[in-house]
Amino acid sequence: MSRRKTERLLSLVVCLLSSQRYLTATQIRAAVPGYPDSFDAFKRMFERDKEELRELGIPLDMGPASDEEVGYRIPRQAYVLPEIRLEPDEAAVLAVAARVWHRAELAGAAAGALLKLRAAGVEAEETQQPGIEPRLHAGEAAFAPLWEAVRDRRPVTFRYRAAGRSEAQQRELEPWGVVNRHGRWYVAGHDRARQAVRAFRLSRIDGSVEFDGPPGSVTVPVGADVREMVRAWDDRVPSGRTAVLRVRSGAGFGIRREAIREEQGADGWDEVEVPFHEIAWFAEHLASFGPDLVVSEPADLRDAVITRLKGALA
Amino acid sequence: MTPSRAADTPGPGTSADRLQRLLALVPYVISRKVVGLAETAEAFGVTERELTDDLNMLWCVELRTPDPYCPIDLSYEGGEIVISQAEPVDRPLRLGVDEASALLVALRMLAEVSQAAAAAGEPEGSALSRTIAKLEAAAGEAAVPAAQVAVEVDQNAEHSVLAKAREALATGRRVHLSYYVPGRDEATERDVDPMRLLVVEGRTYLEGWCRRAEAVRVFRLDRVLRIDVLSVAAEVPQQAEPVDVDQGLFRPSPGDMRVVLELTPRGRWVAEYYPCEDVTEIGDGRLKVTLRTPDGSWARRLALGLGEDGRVLEPAALAAAVRADASAALAHYAQ
Repeated sequence: MSRRKTERLLSLVVCLLSSQRYLTATQIRAAVPGYPDSFDAFKRMFERDKEELRELGIPLDMGPASDEEVGYRIPRQAYVLPEIRLEPDEAAVLAVAARVWHRAELAGAAAGALLKLRAAGVEAEETQQPGIEPRLHAGEAAFAPLWEAVRDRRPVTFRYRAAGRSEAQQRELEPWGVVNRHGRWYVAGHDRARQAVRAFRLSRIDGSVEFDGPPGSVTVPVGADVREMVRAWDDRVPSGRTAVLRVRSGAGFGIRREAIREEQGADGWDEVEVPFHEIAWFAEHLASFGPDLVVSEPADLRDAVITRLKGALA
Repeated sequence: MTPSRAADTPGPGTSADRLQRLLALVPYVISRKVVGLAETAEAFGVTERELTDDLNMLWCVELRTPDPYCPIDLSYEGGEIVISQAEPVDRPLRLGVDEASALLVALRMLAEVSQAAAAAGEPEGSALSRTIAKLEAAAGEAAVPAAQVAVEVDQNAEHSVLAKAREALATGRRVHLSYYVPGRDEATERDVDPMRLLVVEGRTYLEGWCRRAEAVRVFRLDRVLRIDVLSVAAEVPQQAEPVDVDQGLFRPSPGDMRVVLELTPRGRWVAEYYPCEDVTEIGDGRLKVTLRTPDGSWARRLALGLGEDGRVLEPAALAAAVRADASAALAHYAQ
């Protein structure tokens, strides 16, 4: 079936691109080989074919073929990729870019784009050692539906497990954009239930993402900066504080890197002063140094580290 | 639609995939005037037999009205393809939204990395910005949604480190690195012959031939404490195999230690942060994860920091070491 279908679709595209006028379904059936004799069967098949062409991004135009009948054509202007000429250094950059999504969600789209650009005459061959090789991973199952929702401006619902929560909660979101920050994917937008701007990490979405409205029903406010929204969400840190630590001489290199003051002690321990933001994370970091580090102050940080260590003992 | 491969379909993928290929094949040949079969098959990722089948299909297109008419004329005699007539489909189809977005997002990500590196004043970004502008123009409206995808690359690495790494790559010179290894909590000194810069999971790495390990190594730039570009030319040996970035930078090797942790909801970040061999939900938001690491001290530090949020189930020796460390540390506080 596949081969005949490809032949039919190809003929259909050639036919609709060749015609200046709108062609009626009857005219199309007469010109394009491969349609069944029964008119009803033809109609059904033609409907499916039209849908396939649209899915491939082929612009199918409808208009009056006569006074009574509607017809179809593919306007060449809308079909054709505009002229694009790339210098060798630009083509090399493009080849690197096309590999960025390797095997991730948009990898197929990148390959398709490169094919069209090559068809336009671009020689996107490696001319030199690229020197830089970036990769984007989009392993999260939620990426595909959320990108679709952002692209088509559709609201979504999904279950989300916030950091540290054991229960996932239902969320309703008008997604404005997807952002990759430091290797992780986020979606940002308007949370309908909370009536506020929110960002969500894709890896914490539990189960499937469902569309919650037709395409075009989300309006992204002018000037909404999704990147900034995710950055603000990611960096929610209280004001900075300072910790005073005793660090065993010759150890704790990883914490000394962040020190603003270091004083060598006589007893085999040095006093180190380090700024920190979030107490929970910092306590975890400090506890990982085990018996090479002791917190002198502040008291709440000292207690948090002791709690961590007691937890590790249990 | 799932890819089907009926007996009479030689080309890979669905009929939609094949139609796209056919529509690209015609302008591909026309824009090059004459092009070899072998080279074209390679460009399209098909065999020569599949390609000649595609060409035959194009040649056979026939419209029946008003008069029977074959719009496409071509030949591939002697292994050279020439398309003499194909007016309606002689140009490629415009880019779709997904296609334009995939390339634009990738190019803008590259631009961000280059910008960070261009602190030293090299005009590196220019080919990139020209390509972005040309692609935006060619894609037209399809380029618009790409603005709603942003990629932000970690800029924790010192600009000077990235700039020097690029300088060494551009001039083909060896570097000296002072490199922090968190698992061992120490700085190591080594000479490295740079191969490539990698950007994976939002982090920037220098890949190179490490003369101390006599092997290809990957260095996270935000852990480079100092980098000096030496006056010696880099010598990357023939046998140096670049890391297969698509397989992930850190692949477990058979000799690695297998660590099983039980994580509370607060400890779940471990499963997001480190590549896990196995992740199982065990109820109440708790996870059981299996990690592989060549570095026992790294696992020990991880478990110590996690405290009650990550209990070591296996190996028993690691669990005992963590308890011993915790108890020694607590002894300091008891004084």
